[in-house]
Amino acid sequence: MAGAEVTEVAVVGGGPAGLSAALAARQAGAKVIVVDENAAPGGQLRKQIHKFFGSKEHHAGRRGFRIAEELVAACREQGVELWTDTLAYGIFDHTLGIVRGGTASTLAARSIVLATGASENALAFPGCTLPGVMGAGAAQTFINLHRVLPGRRALIVGAGNVGLIITYQLLQAGAEVLGVVEAAPRIGGYAVHAAKIRRAGVPIYTRHTVLNAAGHGELEEVTIAALDENGWPIAGSERTFAIDLLCLAVGLTPLTELAWQAGCLFEYCGPLGGHVPLHSEDMETTVPGLFVAGDMAGVEEASTALEEGRLAGLAAAAYAGYRSPNLEEEKAAARERLQALRSGPFGEGRYLAHEEIVRRWLKWRDAR
Amino acid sequence: MRVEEHPILGPLPKTETVWIEVDGKKIPARAGEPIAAALLAAGIRVFRTTHRRGEPRGPFCAVGRCTDCVMTVDGVPNVRTCVTPVREGMKIETQRGLGRWPELK
Repeated sequence: MAGAEVTEVAVVGGGPAGLSAALAARQAGAKVIVVDENAAPGGQLRKQIHKFFGSKEHHAGRRGFRIAEELVAACREQGVELWTDTLAYGIFDHTLGIVRGGTASTLAARSIVLATGASENALAFPGCTLPGVMGAGAAQTFINLHRVLPGRRALIVGAGNVGLIITYQLLQAGAEVLGVVEAAPRIGGYAVHAAKIRRAGVPIYTRHTVLNAAGHGELEEVTIAALDENGWPIAGSERTFAIDLLCLAVGLTPLTELAWQAGCLFEYCGPLGGHVPLHSEDMETTVPGLFVAGDMAGVEEASTALEEGRLAGLAAAAYAGYRSPNLEEEKAAARERLQALRSGPFGEGRYLAHEEIVRRWLKWRDAR
Repeated sequence: MRVEEHPILGPLPKTETVWIEVDGKKIPARAGEPIAAALLAAGIRVFRTTHRRGEPRGPFCAVGRCTDCVMTVDGVPNVRTCVTPVREGMKIETQRGLGRWPELK
């Protein structure tokens, strides 16, 4: 084991939440190290090539990979240390167990921000394990990051934003998309994305499901069927597509292993993707000095991850002894931006869910 | 298949080509890319077969979480090919079941 390292604020995960937290903590004056197991920082922003929505302070009109490049540049300029190819495998009090470039060591910090993101959900049906069935985000990674088309003829499951965006991005990369299958009676994602793929001639099959996938050794065809009002397949409505790629866009689950290991209290929260650690308005968990941000604190979007990261970074720096001179104003502004992002028909459920998580945290604190 | 032209990302940037060996066959790869990307670009989709039933598996998550894409790389089994970069002369094998560790000397 190599020598133990020490810092003031350690951040696990170099995606939008982690980088934003690192930048905020560094600007408050703390020494910050970000660990990320990937070869380059930026997280899943690196494969986001569509333009963001919302207002200017939420990076509207800008593409995700550009936001990642700027965040990384800002971190480097401010003196945040970015440790890539560094896996955080465990957390022992305020010390992370890490494997950096293949060598095991430790990183101790006064405060830690966990920003480990989320992983894609699978869906169970006969043939779902065939090569050629993959997460929509996986297809996005291959196309936009590695410039490889994982299939030529595709079908998408899930008409939320991820499903709609991957449809368009497959078309951009030269693949054929035969349709989007959605079990719900209506499209879950933004109308702008849906209109874009409809203009391109891709049908969206609402109230439909995948019955099975088949192929000799790899995916060759998929059969879908319409659903009745009770969610059962309607006999005679089956339709079979000859395809070599089936993308599953059926939600994400927070990656919370380190928070469980640290002993954080959790709550199951469907609208946020599963079990999420209880946290305060400042993103502090029930373990003092341990903060969370981004999808691992509840699956949302890159824009909310940036704001949660900022809150967590400011609070983690304050815990480590570096109070930003305008701490309360900065936190209030970040919270206001978060609330704006969590409004409207798409955001309100997440707003209420986060409120509930914070309420539980307050209850825990008051009972101590 | 490589995405040579892209309406937003532009033409495929030029990079050095490294050669890797997959089940004894040489295939080209772009320097620095993960093994899984090189294999898919070469049309290889079955990365391993399962322990009990010998069913085929390929990449599912592409971010190092699901371990469906593991292969035997330079004799070491269970290497996550979606997050392991290619290296010149790397020897990659389709993994059967849990794979075999090299003999300890």
